Amino acid sequence: MSKTTKQVDEVVIRFAGDSGDGMQLTGGRFTETTAIVGNDLSTLPDFPAEIRAPAGSLAGVSAFQIKFSSKDIHTPGDKPDVLVAMNPAALKVHQKDIAPGGIIICNANAFTPKNLKFAGYETNPIEDKTLDDYYTLYSVEMGKMVALANEDLGLPPKTIERTKNFFALGLLFWIYDRPMEQTQDWLKVKFAKKPDIIEANIRAMDAGYNYGDTTEIFTTRYTVDKANLPSGEYRNVVGNHALSMGLAAAAERSKIGLFYGGYPITPASDILHTLSAWKHLGIKTFQAEDEIAGVTAAIGASFTGNLGVTATSGPGIALKCEAMGLAVIAELPLVVINVQRGGPSTGLPTKTEQSDLMQAMYGRNGEAPMPVLASSTPGDCFYVAYEACRIAVKYMTPVMLLTDGYLANGSEPWQLPKLEELPDFNVTFADESNLADGQFLAYARDEKTMARPWAIPGTKNLEHRIGGIEKEDLTGNVSYDPDNHHYMVETRAKKVDSIANEFGPTEVFGNPSGDVLILSWGGTKGACRSACEFLQADGKKVSHVHLRWINPLPKDLGEILIKFKHVLIPEINFGQLIKIIRSEFLVDAKGLNLVRGKPISSSDIQESVNALIG
Amino acid sequence: MTDAVKTYTKKDFTSDQAVRWCPGCGDYAILAQTQKVFPDLGVDKENFVFISGIGCSSRFPYYMDTYGFHTIHGRASAIASGVKLANPDLSVWVVTGDGDGLSIGGNHTIHLLRRNLDINVMLFNNRIYGLTKGQYSPTSEVGKITKSTPMGSLDTPFNPLTLALGAGATFVSRTIDKQTKHMQAMIMRSHGHKGTSFMEIYQNCNIFNDGAFAQLTDKETKSDTVLLLENGEPMLFGAEKQKGVRLDGNTPIVVEIGDKWGVDDVLVHDESDYVIASLLSNMTYQPDFPDPIGVLYAIEAETYEDRMVAQIDLAIEKKPSGSIQDILNSGDTWVVD
Repeated sequence: MSKTTKQVDEVVIRFAGDSGDGMQLTGGRFTETTAIVGNDLSTLPDFPAEIRAPAGSLAGVSAFQIKFSSKDIHTPGDKPDVLVAMNPAALKVHQKDIAPGGIIICNANAFTPKNLKFAGYETNPIEDKTLDDYYTLYSVEMGKMVALANEDLGLPPKTIERTKNFFALGLLFWIYDRPMEQTQDWLKVKFAKKPDIIEANIRAMDAGYNYGDTTEIFTTRYTVDKANLPSGEYRNVVGNHALSMGLAAAAERSKIGLFYGGYPITPASDILHTLSAWKHLGIKTFQAEDEIAGVTAAIGASFTGNLGVTATSGPGIALKCEAMGLAVIAELPLVVINVQRGGPSTGLPTKTEQSDLMQAMYGRNGEAPMPVLASSTPGDCFYVAYEACRIAVKYMTPVMLLTDGYLANGSEPWQLPKLEELPDFNVTFADESNLADGQFLAYARDEKTMARPWAIPGTKNLEHRIGGIEKEDLTGNVSYDPDNHHYMVETRAKKVDSIANEFGPTEVFGNPSGDVLILSWGGTKGACRSACEFLQADGKKVSHVHLRWINPLPKDLGEILIKFKHVLIPEINFGQLIKIIRSEFLVDAKGLNLVRGKPISSSDIQESVNALIG
Repeated sequence: MTDAVKTYTKKDFTSDQAVRWCPGCGDYAILAQTQKVFPDLGVDKENFVFISGIGCSSRFPYYMDTYGFHTIHGRASAIASGVKLANPDLSVWVVTGDGDGLSIGGNHTIHLLRRNLDINVMLFNNRIYGLTKGQYSPTSEVGKITKSTPMGSLDTPFNPLTLALGAGATFVSRTIDKQTKHMQAMIMRSHGHKGTSFMEIYQNCNIFNDGAFAQLTDKETKSDTVLLLENGEPMLFGAEKQKGVRLDGNTPIVVEIGDKWGVDDVLVHDESDYVIASLLSNMTYQPDFPDPIGVLYAIEAETYEDRMVAQIDLAIEKKPSGSIQDILNSGDTWVVD
């Protein structure tokens, strides 16, 4: 029987299974191959907080979504065209999201009476025909087939059963016409000391590929052409990794040491892991006894001339607030990264949210302004990390960098940056030339940046004391003088405001005036841009502005906002940027606020815009 | 740091800031002894750093003409750790108190001790909260009547030295604000120890807890209430050294030197003996025993920063000429024409 090949522009696939089924790994391998094939792509891992929830339970379902395309795309997709469900619980959790007419590929061997009952099915959905009216269902005995493919290897049955995710991967490689060599090579490195495991997984993958190729069940293959990306060298990059590379790039360009103090917390821990593996770059990592020690050790390192960095997630930020205030008044460089997750309290540790913006802006006692910037895509994490470090040192201030769980674990194709093309990052420590009449003024300021000198211990004749009590202007001595306090509060605020002088004109995507301006910050950029492109193609007068900096805001933002009839601010919170925009510009902005632990979809935004235009 | 170290005087370590402790505070004596000893430590002045938290004692850095950082409550040890790791060549001193270092900052104190960074901790123990005007502290005796405990405090106090030993300290000592010569010697010993040195200083708060250590400092009583430790010497005390500490089985007892017991029957101090240090540390706040002062425990052990530097050196040796550009370019890459 002949097979047909169909060309499509874009595909969304979701791999879903039990936590122990290796779905993140399967998705990761599919992503790497898809990147090499040259598609544009965007991914969204979605996993439970429990390391191993009971096998087969709804709580234990782990998923990985990838959208890939021949076009420039900005999101991991709304509704999957294909759901790979490795067990009944995975089907139960994700079935409602599948695009109408979509494909479901199930591991039939996992649809046992016990698993069905665990997932809450009274009858078996892959046999009772309830799915047939809506979807194309492929029920494949993956467990059985990997057992047959590997029966002569002498491995324990459980070990062989675990290779079923590679069967699914091989099948998807066949359906979407992708090569298997990279994954074979990857297996050979990953399991270098376990040749039988390599063999079992390769056989499972081959079995899946051949199953698609030879059986008469799958009649159509799909091809997705290369995306038309700007020319250059690319790799696929995950947000937390990109961010770590940005910090390391800042350390290398500035030639000051990088000191990272942190405490394990989801979803920020990967930054600690990644930097800890780069000791050959001279990076110092310190797993502290708690979040407070993480940030305070970083402050100590900054006082001593290293670039102090700490990363955490919302609950950890709550613990670091007092220390950030110390860095504000001591006017020391410090980069604090918040990989936001669902809150409040422990909230949804593995899910994404944008609900810490107010905490970032105002979460300290006293008047304690901090520059706040946010990453917009996984690859952008590199550039904002570099920028946060540069600004922290240039202005002698702690900087808050916001990312989120979606950006941290999501990935995209990424053009390799060249270190020498990054903005200049020169650091000059104070020395005896800073003495004025033999006296060192620890709070004298640079005319342009208002930054105070960075005089580090070990420097002759610059011995001085700083601390958390209000400083006297110039000398930095303890001062309780009322007018001095007012002046210093004002000066610290002005210093942060002056960072806006660094920004170029704000980019408006679309016409500079119109019916609706979509205003975004952080990880919602992709969905907003997609929605805007769609609406513009539909003839709507809609434009998009994305903010990298929330404090300070770009100076030209107010003039941009008033040129639109409506301003829509989609956020994964209950309205935080919108409060700032309303109070700063007296603009009657409208919010789109969906707090579900997952990215806002492009279609949600389109609906909101259409509702505004009426 | 190969240049000859400059000759300093006490004045070189005295900052231009007016000292603002209450008149009669024990802190003055500690500051004076520190300023007196520092010229003799053989360290260039710019390489000293004082880090403190919050509390009366924590104002200390403002008065030392060295690098100093008066930080936030309880976190001095953590900040000092960052300082030391950023530049292991610095001589780093933490000044803290019984509230700052044992209550709000207790966690950082124990973790500093177990890591054994080469940092010198001076813990001023006045057994009260002074700066907040007189609440009981984690070293106050049970039943302490204060503003926050009008019917007496309920909690058993910490014994700082036992806590330090339990946390894995490699150097544990104690001195008293009024024993100025002894304090100088203890500061020298702290400085000489490579690793975290933990020095408890009994310090009188003459406003909120006056006389907390009077038994140990009054002329009439001090010879009977203080056991001055000397390494390798028998543990004798009393005006005529007529009393000693010996072991009865595993239990320390105080004996009179005379017909029944001779000097040879008395325990000999050994700074490297953890069991002896433990026994001594538990002789704190006990009515039937003298409070030991001196170095209870001192052993050599590798420091955290030496291990860290060794790991970095090894990593660089394995991958020399490292640039982040190599990492940027790593992984599966492809070219778009």
